[in-house]
Amino acid sequence: MPPRSKAVPVPTPETQPYWDGAAAGELRIQRCVDCGTPYFYPRPICPSCGSGSVEWFTASGQATLYSYVINHRPAPGFEDDAPYAIAVVQLAEGPRMMTSLVGVPATPEALVLDMPLRVTFEQRGDVSLPVFTPVADTYGQEQP
Amino acid sequence: MSNPGVIIAGAAETDQIGRLPGHSTLGLHIEAARNAVADAGLTMKDIDGIATVSAPGPVQVAHALGIYPDWIDGTGVGGTSFLLHVRHAVAAIRAGYAKTVLITHGESGRSRVGAPPFRGDPASPVGQFEAPYGTLGPTTTFTIPALRYMKEYGLTHEQLAYVAVAQRQWAAKNPRAMFRDIISVEDVLASRMVAYPFHLLECCLVTDGGGALVVTSADRAADFPKPPVHVGGTGEASETPMISQMIDFTESRMFREAGQRAFAEAGITTADVDHLMIYDAFAHVPIYGLEALGFVKKGEAGPFIAEGNTEPGGALPLNTNGGGLSYTHTGMYGMFAIQEGVRQIRGEAAAQVDNPQISVVLGNGGMFATCGVLVLGKNPR
Repeated sequence: MPPRSKAVPVPTPETQPYWDGAAAGELRIQRCVDCGTPYFYPRPICPSCGSGSVEWFTASGQATLYSYVINHRPAPGFEDDAPYAIAVVQLAEGPRMMTSLVGVPATPEALVLDMPLRVTFEQRGDVSLPVFTPVADTYGQEQP
Repeated sequence: MSNPGVIIAGAAETDQIGRLPGHSTLGLHIEAARNAVADAGLTMKDIDGIATVSAPGPVQVAHALGIYPDWIDGTGVGGTSFLLHVRHAVAAIRAGYAKTVLITHGESGRSRVGAPPFRGDPASPVGQFEAPYGTLGPTTTFTIPALRYMKEYGLTHEQLAYVAVAQRQWAAKNPRAMFRDIISVEDVLASRMVAYPFHLLECCLVTDGGGALVVTSADRAADFPKPPVHVGGTGEASETPMISQMIDFTESRMFREAGQRAFAEAGITTADVDHLMIYDAFAHVPIYGLEALGFVKKGEAGPFIAEGNTEPGGALPLNTNGGGLSYTHTGMYGMFAIQEGVRQIRGEAAAQVDNPQISVVLGNGGMFATCGVLVLGKNPR
């Protein structure tokens, strides 16, 4: 059996703008026009007030490390990456999302909760995937 | 309570649990169903309601058993589904939709004989926003909140490990438990790292097995060979289909909500609880459960367990079958948590607590996705 590759997301009509944003190097998420609440994951209703009047905007791409695990049993396609971090980050705008952490060792010493991160993008099949990396100097090295 | 009472009249597991390559998932449902119906002193002809999870599903299970039910519940929301089935059966019996409900679980979780394939839809929210980051089942997702909790409340690696140590002490008293050798905190921390901060012994087993329940009205309590187990209160709640969207990584809102509903219906407080089961897919889940149900304040559950309060001889016997960490875990463990609650109230558990009047069972489905809570009692509430 050939080695399986990493999971590739398949956009739906409701999430397409998120993936289009990623392809353009932007983290686009949604907020409610009526109550102003930013939210993630993409969907055509405000989870805070129920309004159907929602809009896309480009998030700052700034986040902090909320929690993570360091996974030693790789998912298909991740064999060469293990052990690797699976993280949840808190965006500066408030919502949280799962992500990978790049440009930093997957060790408890290097991954300190609440450390500042910024979005970057990784090609996965035909899709550009948002991932996060420490901002410059927080891990003692300049990020590209 | 103004509503008519409901009891668990029959309860049984499959003859064996563990590694059963000679049983399919459906075969495990059938064996568990036969055992539970026999335990209630009934036959399949007495069953008029059926509840089980979506695979193989209530129609398949009922048909295999020769049952043509008047009431069907296929709620499939993960490992707590069977607690929700009990709650829904209580409502159905009170409404007159069914008189005698059979709830079945069977899962070839380890051998995967006749088991549905694992599949992820890459267009689902999980498929788009979690799976691309290298998740692979519960060990990589259910575990993620723990580090946040550890930072916020000072839970130590040793205290987390002690959850497995305490439960192994119960398992050591239970011949049916898969792992029975006493372990130490050092043993847990020396076991293989699965997903930091979780070591192998802080993760549940993966086994084959099944269990089933017969639920009926309390006015028939004298008709059955075993003492009745009264369903005094029930609760259910859901929170999130994706671990990244859990409201607060340091507490389970749904555990709290479902627990409050069940306790309120039963008219009890934590002081009334003699025996407790909390679904333990991983070592942190009993910590979240103890705090959400109000047995201890936030941040206190780790020390509470490490000080011996939940192990044999402690004030609050918890997961007395050994739990998912040491007894068995087919994938949807909730049925086994209910079975142990029933055995304790009946007085037939392997590690029997001294004459418990009230047992509380808290089930989890998915990764902090769904919750059911049952208050079981020796007497009607």
